[in-house]
Amino acid sequence: MMRFDNIIIGMALSLTLCGGISGAERFPPPDFVETDHVIPSPTVPGPRQDIYEYLDAVVLLAALGLSSYLVLRKRSRRAIFALMVFSLLYFGFWRKGCVCSVGAIQNIVLSIFDRDYAVPITVAMFFLLPLVFALFFGRVFCAAVCPLGAVQDLVLLRAVSVPNWLESALRLFAYVYLAAAVLFAATGSAFVICRYDPFVAFFRLSGNLNILIISACLLVISVFIGRPYCRFICPYGVLLRQLSRLSKWRVTITPDECIQCRLCEDSCPFGAIRKPTTDWPTTEYVRSKKRLAVLILLLPVLMFLCGWASSGLKTVTSRMHATVRLAERIYLEETGKVEDTTDASLAFRGTGQEPKELYEEASNIRAEFGLGGWFSGGFVGLMIGLKLIAVSVWRKRTDYEAGRAGCLACGRCFKYCPKEHARLKKLKETMGKS
Amino acid sequence: MMSESKNNITRRHFLKDGFWGGCLAGLGGLAGFLVGKLKKTNTVWQIDPYTCIACGNCATYCVLEESAVKCVHAFAVCGYCKICFGFFGPEPVEINEGAENQLCPSGAITRTFVEEPYYEYTIDESLCNGCGKCVKGCNTFGNGALFLQVRHDRCLNCNECSIAAACPSQAFKRVPADEPYLLKEAGHS
Repeated sequence: MMRFDNIIIGMALSLTLCGGISGAERFPPPDFVETDHVIPSPTVPGPRQDIYEYLDAVVLLAALGLSSYLVLRKRSRRAIFALMVFSLLYFGFWRKGCVCSVGAIQNIVLSIFDRDYAVPITVAMFFLLPLVFALFFGRVFCAAVCPLGAVQDLVLLRAVSVPNWLESALRLFAYVYLAAAVLFAATGSAFVICRYDPFVAFFRLSGNLNILIISACLLVISVFIGRPYCRFICPYGVLLRQLSRLSKWRVTITPDECIQCRLCEDSCPFGAIRKPTTDWPTTEYVRSKKRLAVLILLLPVLMFLCGWASSGLKTVTSRMHATVRLAERIYLEETGKVEDTTDASLAFRGTGQEPKELYEEASNIRAEFGLGGWFSGGFVGLMIGLKLIAVSVWRKRTDYEAGRAGCLACGRCFKYCPKEHARLKKLKETMGKS
Repeated sequence: MMSESKNNITRRHFLKDGFWGGCLAGLGGLAGFLVGKLKKTNTVWQIDPYTCIACGNCATYCVLEESAVKCVHAFAVCGYCKICFGFFGPEPVEINEGAENQLCPSGAITRTFVEEPYYEYTIDESLCNGCGKCVKGCNTFGNGALFLQVRHDRCLNCNECSIAAACPSQAFKRVPADEPYLLKEAGHS
């Protein structure tokens, strides 16, 4: 026992003098002269094969195509629902939700700003395909392909309508979220969309406890409020909204004539059906025009203000980057403001890098956040301004219509429309006869 | 719908079609840009063993209940020491395989006698929780033959690895999926 202690102390002394944490070859590997012992090599179990990743992209393409067909041609809520369940099982529970189109935004942004980062082909497909489909067919991705939408849609039992002003105000969060996610991804700080994704943890049934609690809360809310994540949080939804405004073909409640029965309006749990408008009252004419002029002038001011505010927050926002956090910690330690050390500061000292270089790196990153803040804040300002303008513009609408941006193409209104109900029934009968 | 707008081009239609074309061209341009730097193979997460400080975050921050990070033993680097600091705790009662003498909290390392004075240490991966205690021991006093690696039969390959986000030495990297391990080899300083 005594002898062993001495060995330890001796070894410890001699080796701590050598220093270094990475461990050099202090003891030469043996040759095994007495026995013919063969030195084994470590096992290297491989990751999921690439072929499966390609398969995912093919399934995505097929699901998007099928979803477009079901929404625009077949017009059957039941079929859309079935596809939605399939997507939830495949993209959600089977693939464990990663990588998804929503999170792929960040990979694309990082690849634009980071020269060394290359996007795998499947990630590029996951990002681009739903957007291209939105340009042609509207939000068919949201309808039945996105597993995050599907899980919320499945639990939606008692939809409560959200007033228009509240809906628009809450949606502001999605714009801020998108702007922040792009800023953090562009600076290489973090992928916040993935970090705070509420449903991926649910698909895996494991993960950060806080996220699982948020996930459970959001699912409970989803019972009463239709797809809260899609409407108020989803950053990818922001992109799909804008592209779906321009889409070549889109959801129509019925191809027949609208009889203004208002049934479809009740059927939509997402408040996406627009009412017919009355004529523009002539008394309002001058006042609205003035208001519009003021709002258009206000747009650049709003953009500037939001950009300024967001850029001014760079000391706070840049703390999302690990290097900035480390530099701040090292600064505190160097100036003697804190006594203890952290794992990160110890690791930094192990590298032998000068604190000055680290400070410089951190200040460069802060400057990037300052510049990026102008753009991300400006984007939020632009979206607020455009919304205010859109509210003030008088649109002429004679029938009930699915909103171009807000419609998630879930197909609930088809069945509620009495004209459509009759049309589909007739169609079925003629199909049955022939 | 298309033919109607062609016969009767209004300002609204013209603007809309213009925006539509612009968006499509934008997406096409983005696709073109991505093709320029596209990677055929997927990327996976891996730990650079020379940057890792074996802080223990891997055991606790993984989204999996049982971490995807495990200890790997590069046998070719190992000195086959009799007194292994990755195996024995700092104050062992006796130099034998008794649980009270072991450093590994889950008893995942077994040692077998090869020839005097050499012992071989093998890791039972089903018991290892990736805490890195043995890695620290071996790095500080030995050859550093024990190191942590993301095991790809377990890793879910999250888009943002939550261990990478918590790693104090930024040792996590994205590596191509056809070369998913960064193993230590003999002769590397």
